[in-house]
Amino acid sequence: MAEPLETFRGETRAWLEANCPPEMRERVLEEADVCWGGRNVRFKNDAQRLWLERMAARGWTVPEWPKEYGGGGLSAEEAKVLAEEMRRIHARPPLSSFGIWMLGPALLKYGNEAQKKEHIPKIVRGEIRWCQGYSEPGAGSDLASLKTKAEDKGDHWLVNGSKIWTSYADQADWIFCLVRTEPDASKHEGISFLLFDMASEGVSTSPIKLISGYSPFCQTFFDNVKVPKENLVGTRGKGWSIAKYLLTHERSSIGADFGSAGRDTAAQIAKKRVGTRADGALADEGLRVDLARHDIDTLCFALSMERVKDEAKAGQDIGHLSSMLKHVGSELNKSRQELLMSVFGSDGLLWDGEGAHDGDMAKAWLRSRANSIEGGTAEVQLGIIAKRVLALPDA
Amino acid sequence: MALVLNDEQAMIREAADGFFASEAPVSELRRLRDAGDTTGFSRDLWKKMAEMGFAGVLVPEAHGGSGLGLVAANLIQEAVGRNLSLSPFLSTAVLGATALAGASEDQQAALLPKLAAGDLLLALASDEASRHAPHLIRTRAEAAGNGFRITGTKTFVLDGHVADRLIVAARTSGEDGDRDGITLFLVDPKSAGVAVKRASMVDSRNAADIRFDGVQVDGADVIGAVGEGAAILDRVLDAGRTCLAAEMVGVSAQSFSMTVGYLKEREQFGRKIGSFQALQHRAAQLYCEIELAKSATLKAAQALDAGDKDAPLYASLAKAKAGAVARLATNEGVQMHGGIGMTDEFDIGFFMKRARAAETSFGDLSFHGDRLARMLGY
Repeated sequence: MAEPLETFRGETRAWLEANCPPEMRERVLEEADVCWGGRNVRFKNDAQRLWLERMAARGWTVPEWPKEYGGGGLSAEEAKVLAEEMRRIHARPPLSSFGIWMLGPALLKYGNEAQKKEHIPKIVRGEIRWCQGYSEPGAGSDLASLKTKAEDKGDHWLVNGSKIWTSYADQADWIFCLVRTEPDASKHEGISFLLFDMASEGVSTSPIKLISGYSPFCQTFFDNVKVPKENLVGTRGKGWSIAKYLLTHERSSIGADFGSAGRDTAAQIAKKRVGTRADGALADEGLRVDLARHDIDTLCFALSMERVKDEAKAGQDIGHLSSMLKHVGSELNKSRQELLMSVFGSDGLLWDGEGAHDGDMAKAWLRSRANSIEGGTAEVQLGIIAKRVLALPDA
Repeated sequence: MALVLNDEQAMIREAADGFFASEAPVSELRRLRDAGDTTGFSRDLWKKMAEMGFAGVLVPEAHGGSGLGLVAANLIQEAVGRNLSLSPFLSTAVLGATALAGASEDQQAALLPKLAAGDLLLALASDEASRHAPHLIRTRAEAAGNGFRITGTKTFVLDGHVADRLIVAARTSGEDGDRDGITLFLVDPKSAGVAVKRASMVDSRNAADIRFDGVQVDGADVIGAVGEGAAILDRVLDAGRTCLAAEMVGVSAQSFSMTVGYLKEREQFGRKIGSFQALQHRAAQLYCEIELAKSATLKAAQALDAGDKDAPLYASLAKAKAGAVARLATNEGVQMHGGIGMTDEFDIGFFMKRARAAETSFGDLSFHGDRLARMLGY
């Protein structure tokens, strides 16, 4: 039974050994180490380009997507083997993108044949970089109250309005966007899911500077943007179900990120910085207790991720667990950053200095505070659990 | 190994849930408590549990058991937790059977078939301090005659008042807190010099303080090797901790389900109290916590069954998390029930009492947080 899988493992190991450049087996240290693809892709070095090309050629940037659209066509078991073998040599992901995490799964489920043929292969190869047009200045947690409208002008849609918290909108090539197409329908009914080119006339972006000093988000404006009729995904006015499906994917991938092994735990970092007593225990007893509590939850979370995957594989319904994973994962990452700030003490307060990594710790801490805001706030997740899972009554 | 139940285990879960819900529901705990029953459980129930294969769940088939392993034992114990069923399952089927797994062929042949048949009750006499410290063994066993003479006092011996045999951890060498030098003995509580004092605990279970005053045992009563009992003891404790974690998952799940039910039913200020966001979010948070505890508990049982080298780490993880969660779930349960939650007439209080006792047994959150940190290298 396990034999074909072991053959696959052997072949995969050999292929990775021959094709993963040594530079791509080093720890990701800075933003430029992550490849986001796109029309204006800037590779940090040749190795990064080569690694993306080689992996994309096999469809291994998205191992489980169907082969006919350029994906790897691997079974869940094979994809797990590939992930394990990549972890074994510390191989970096060849490509990171919202196309992979969010749009792709939604297009595969709701898109028509032409849309899949047009967009999926470019996501696989990292040729087009996507951004997500969801939140608006007046529609955050109450996302369905969004106002950006797309009017039916016969041969095209005319889009007007603005989006906020659009990640990397200033660097993205295309946007998948929630727009109101039926102004008279009820709040959840009149929304459609539209794809368009960010180079279209009337689209402009303005970066938002955050408390971390970074500007990963933009406000994005649409002023009489003409969008071809065929760019609407799924059924007109039924975009809310696509939006929710995609958010579920986003939530579980946000969760997945925080459960990832391979980086030093807060306790390991603390040991190096704070030192140990003769019996090997961390020198700071209070910190040690805090770290142990954090590790208990981190391990439980990692095991829950594993359990949910295995339950899905066994055909059990796991829909009710995605909000839970997003919520717990976000809280854990925040707690990790808080603990690291404690471990680093005054060094953690550094903002700008001579060293190449001065300020990283404080910025990572500040960045983490958004974990329980983006993709649905902690309060929204708890509300979803209360309503959908526990079936508690409405107010 | 996949972190899901296989078909056989799913069937055991169903059988166990059905069995305890009908044979030993919370009302039975209340009846035994009100009757001041000094055994602390129904011997008829234990006999039925033996017929179901529950008593021998960890006993190999060759010795008359069902040999289903710790994952199965966990499922039984989780159902016990949901129903607060009283039985000697933990003391005999889990702790006793795991200790005997390290015994000689002769000892096993003499005791295991009886255990699986429900005809032999065992109790683990190891703890001496009120806060769990497994290797803090002051009870001494000195070479005498063709065996040993045991002197010392054990505390919190679960079901020690009814056991047919005690499994006693005594020191044959070394200092009080040493891991080396501990030896396990099988002791007949009717032997001269054994004094058993029963106490009823907050959760209506019984534990005994037991004094050994120069109790003479035979060399053939040693379990495993002299001075190397800690290896067996640690395995026994980890099996017990994992099953307690499973029980606490059951306690948490049932207490949570009763509480959510109450939130949907109780009206104040003209509306269901479950519509208040302050309560909704606490309930949702609790749901997440219980799911986390479930994952850790299943992993611990699988790791122990597989003889995984990290099994002790997972046992501590499960015990720590399930203990914290059971405490939260039952505290929140009482709080959200309001005044009625404080009444003896209502069942929720029983769950809170059991959660505290189960967490205290074999190490609480602080103990296992410390043990886990040590195992992780800090």
